Amino acid sequence: MLNPHPERDFVRIGAGAGFSGDRIDPALELVVAGDIDYLVFECLAERTIALAQRARQLDPKRGYDPLLDARIRAVLPHCVERGVRIITNMGAANPEAAAARIVDLAREAGLNGLVVAAVTGDDVLSTVLSTDPVLIDRNRRVSDLGVENVISANAYIGAGPIVEALQQGAHIVVTGRVADPALFLAPLIFEFEWNMTDWTLLGRGTLVGHLLECAGQLTGGYFADPGLKDVPGLARLGFPFADVTADGHALFSKVKGSGGRIDPRTFKEQLLYEVSDPARYVTPDVCADFSNVGFQYFGGDKLRVVGAGGHAAPESYKVSIGYLDGFIGEGQISYCGHNAIRRGRLALDIVRQRLQTSACRFDELRYELIGVDAPYRTEPVDETQEVVEVRARAVARAATLADAEQIGIEIEGLYTNGPAGGGGVTRSASQVLAIESTLVPRSVVSPTISIAIS
Amino acid sequence: MKIPLYKLAHARAGDKGDTSMISVVAYRRADFPLLKEQLTTDQVARHFAPLSLSNVERYELPSLGALNFVLEGALAGGVTRSLARDAHGKTLSSCLLAFELDVPQPSDATRQDRDEGDVEQ
Repeated sequence: MLNPHPERDFVRIGAGAGFSGDRIDPALELVVAGDIDYLVFECLAERTIALAQRARQLDPKRGYDPLLDARIRAVLPHCVERGVRIITNMGAANPEAAAARIVDLAREAGLNGLVVAAVTGDDVLSTVLSTDPVLIDRNRRVSDLGVENVISANAYIGAGPIVEALQQGAHIVVTGRVADPALFLAPLIFEFEWNMTDWTLLGRGTLVGHLLECAGQLTGGYFADPGLKDVPGLARLGFPFADVTADGHALFSKVKGSGGRIDPRTFKEQLLYEVSDPARYVTPDVCADFSNVGFQYFGGDKLRVVGAGGHAAPESYKVSIGYLDGFIGEGQISYCGHNAIRRGRLALDIVRQRLQTSACRFDELRYELIGVDAPYRTEPVDETQEVVEVRARAVARAATLADAEQIGIEIEGLYTNGPAGGGGVTRSASQVLAIESTLVPRSVVSPTISIAIS
Repeated sequence: MKIPLYKLAHARAGDKGDTSMISVVAYRRADFPLLKEQLTTDQVARHFAPLSLSNVERYELPSLGALNFVLEGALAGGVTRSLARDAHGKTLSSCLLAFELDVPQPSDATRQDRDEGDVEQ
């Protein structure tokens, strides 16, 4: 596979997924009609890797993204035909198994000679268990979570190992836990030979990654508000790509004819998305500064972003720790029409009284009327208002599955024993896989690259 | 007179751990000073009183006409442990847009005055 666009003075990177369950067709559209150089699939939320770790414990060949087969099958032949390289964190808890699976899929499709690199080394579980660091958000240590409950600890590593994999000729790079923007920053460092301590360039590249990493959220997804902020063609929302030049500035667009919208408003919302201090957006590669970012809008879904900066990268890596945290049980039932709010409240009162006198033990209980007061966020509700429908919901945290299940059982009992006209019960109970964060020194993390060829 | 914030601004919510981040972006740059004056950290904490926030920070981005709020303790323990149906607090942005602003005369930026052509750098 040769550089598909030697004549260009920019690198075009497409966002193929913004979360593990994201749509596949917009990624295919980017490859087939977007003329991209790199396709990045960002598929790893905080908790995803802990779930994947559990899958790996059950089967050492698993532990990578469940949609890996579907995504790779859909795009790989087209990527090979056009020389598009793929970078993804779909390796989750098992990048080497993911790489092996991609090699299998390539061979099945008759695509031989593809270089597939797996980046490992983000798994720091043994270090975290032995050094017992303090957790970031609370005044507790890892051991306070219960050592037997801790099932994963993964450091957010930076762009370095991905760059190295590309230098070794990888067509596909599959990682585990990597800072999301690093997936996009890495090909820029590789293509433009940026210095890993040029904080301004790394800050600009990180902004490109930050804007692209949620895919459709940049092109009008999570944005539409009918009559206020309309977005055309949401059912066939196009994912964004960025044309990045060697100075780190970027022109963003999407495939012509795809749905969605690119303009300063969609960009302002995504620029600040999940950001605390815009002047200090910390990644393992750089402490990026988005506080002076500006947009140049050209219409026609084209927008140029300039003005990001950066400062030295932090001395430590952030680590996500996955641990088992008891069980959550829940039940819901609907009431409609006249007096629905009062019947919903009566239903919840009945459940509350029965749980109080039961032998079950709960650490935390919550009762709410969805459609009326579920968020409990602003003003109290006028109980006399007429609503079309409310959904009474009870939910609790318990130490055992049996106690958690009792919530749904009590809601279900309202069918024949509760207020008039209650219907549509749903119930669930499941184990909680929670996440806490900590920091580890850079020295304890040593990323490794392994190469496989189809 | 009072008008809801959604007449002058749009918003997006994100999350990290037990913290909700909500950006508020003025449709018109001219309305930014008004938002800055009235959407103080105290007022936002009061608006979300039932959430019992542990801390509210505000970052100002005058060149974008935007404010960025960081609401600590907003997510009932955080995405992975919360009993809330919307554990991410994605819907909090709409709750904030119900905030009432004091204005001298009726004002509605949602129907006009798009500032998309601005070159801000």
